[in-house]
Amino acid sequence: MPPSAAAPLSVTEAGVRPDFSRIAEAVSPQARVLDLGCGDGTLLDYLKQTRDIHGYGVEISDDNIAKCISRSVNVIQMNLEEGLSVFESDSFDFVILSQTLQTIRKSERVIHEMLRVGRQGIVTFPNFGYWRHRWQLLIGRMPVSETLPYQWYNTPNVHLCTIKDFESFCGSQDIHILDRIIMTHDRTITALPNILGSLAVYRFEALA
Amino acid sequence: MQVSPSVGLVTAQTARFDEPIVLKSGGELPGFDLVYETYGTLNNDKSNAVLVCHALSGNHHIAGYYTPQDKKPGWWDNLIGPGKPIDTERFFVIGVNNLGGCHGSTGPKSLNPRTGKPYGAAFPMVTVEDWVVTQAKLADQLGIERFAAVVGGSLGGMQVLQWSITYPERLRHALVIAAAPRLTAQNIAFNDVARQAILSDPDFHGGDYYRHGVVPTRGLRLARMLGHITYLSDDAMGAKFGRMLRSGAYAFGYDVEFEIESYLRYQGDKFAASFDANTYLLMTKALDYFDPAHHYQCTLSEALKPALANFLVISFTTDWRFAPERSREIIKALVDNNRSVSYAEITSSHGHDAFLMVDDYYHGVVRTYMNHLAF
Repeated sequence: MPPSAAAPLSVTEAGVRPDFSRIAEAVSPQARVLDLGCGDGTLLDYLKQTRDIHGYGVEISDDNIAKCISRSVNVIQMNLEEGLSVFESDSFDFVILSQTLQTIRKSERVIHEMLRVGRQGIVTFPNFGYWRHRWQLLIGRMPVSETLPYQWYNTPNVHLCTIKDFESFCGSQDIHILDRIIMTHDRTITALPNILGSLAVYRFEALA
Repeated sequence: MQVSPSVGLVTAQTARFDEPIVLKSGGELPGFDLVYETYGTLNNDKSNAVLVCHALSGNHHIAGYYTPQDKKPGWWDNLIGPGKPIDTERFFVIGVNNLGGCHGSTGPKSLNPRTGKPYGAAFPMVTVEDWVVTQAKLADQLGIERFAAVVGGSLGGMQVLQWSITYPERLRHALVIAAAPRLTAQNIAFNDVARQAILSDPDFHGGDYYRHGVVPTRGLRLARMLGHITYLSDDAMGAKFGRMLRSGAYAFGYDVEFEIESYLRYQGDKFAASFDANTYLLMTKALDYFDPAHHYQCTLSEALKPALANFLVISFTTDWRFAPERSREIIKALVDNNRSVSYAEITSSHGHDAFLMVDDYYHGVVRTYMNHLAF
């Protein structure tokens, strides 16, 4: 079984992971939300409290299932790489992939499944193009940072990408990017995002 | 592993229902008894009741012991008791023997008041719907308006699903374990072979063996042996018995040689000595007939539309009789209806029987769910 997806990002003073508050801003109140690789259910719990959403999480790890249940977060234990056949097409307002994209093998398939079952997708991922990552490669080491907190030998990440990579992927897959927020720690980055940003949050939909 | 105490010594009670009942099959009973047990204390507003529905060969004795000499406790004692995942310190737990059963509730071996003889073949066919209706009558008698949870595994899980459809307002939570929304052709096939074993036993006498003073033991034994094979996984059977021989060498005969033969025959004998063949026939038919979607001529999602309960669905990876895919059908129907549902797929090597066994993750999920449910 692959290790659980959610990277241990630091939390803000309010105790909320910085990308979570950005995701909450993107989610409309009372939306129907599916969180793929929902981890211990923190995000869904947060969205329930701040946005009054009705949500389900998909998670593979036994430990996380019990944690979700203890938060009264709906969680469905399955491997999202095997497709989302238990979910009807267009049955969610938002499908979220938070800090999980980089751990997935069948990335293309999962993104397309997201847009089959949901109207919009929200993806957050560590930007491999972040300058600290680039620097570490330049001095001959695999990048380790706040958003990539693993060593090469124990990382769950298999498909890392840069902001540029993701946007060109969307272009090639007829995916329309609705908005993006690039962050480092809890600050929003506007200048040179593919160099200065460590974490990307994208909201997108399928081109009609 | 932490060993929790049992509920201790328990006694069964009998509830009498004098009103005639018309069953789904069209059959009628002039009245009936349901035998049941309770553990824990019903709270003042009667909101902490948990109903446990039994499977094919189960009964109302789910926890505790009848006498200090009993070798085995009730069939779900590892899950239900003080400090256990379904905690009898918090919940008032009810186990009931289903109508048509052979452990005290009115069934084929009960006396037909019209004839003064056992019903035998005259006992009407009962369905999961009938069980749920009669369980609700018991709840009425106990003054329980709404259950905190209704829980069941296998055929018991089907009853939980039916509860959520028939009486959506009467249960807050539904725990559907190792179940399916309907049997597959393969499942019905196994059931039919089991039934044929009983029906073709010369001692069956068309179901009226009681008056002949015999019991179709051979048929029931075969039925149970077959069933038992399907409740275990190939791996579990291989790990437990492999090709082990009892005497260490081939005897070139038809007596028991392999350990698995010994085990199955022992299980078959034990069961045939304690269970009624007519009840076994009825229970397998109830399994075959269960299909809420068929009943309402619709999809499972539409059939589950009335359900209001919050669900916990659990399956086991090596259960090939009620496979995880079948539980995912239930999940899909519940998600389609926007119901609150969580689903745990337990990695286990024990096949269908896993739902009766101790497993830290499985019991942890049930415990966590029960600890956090509102009532």
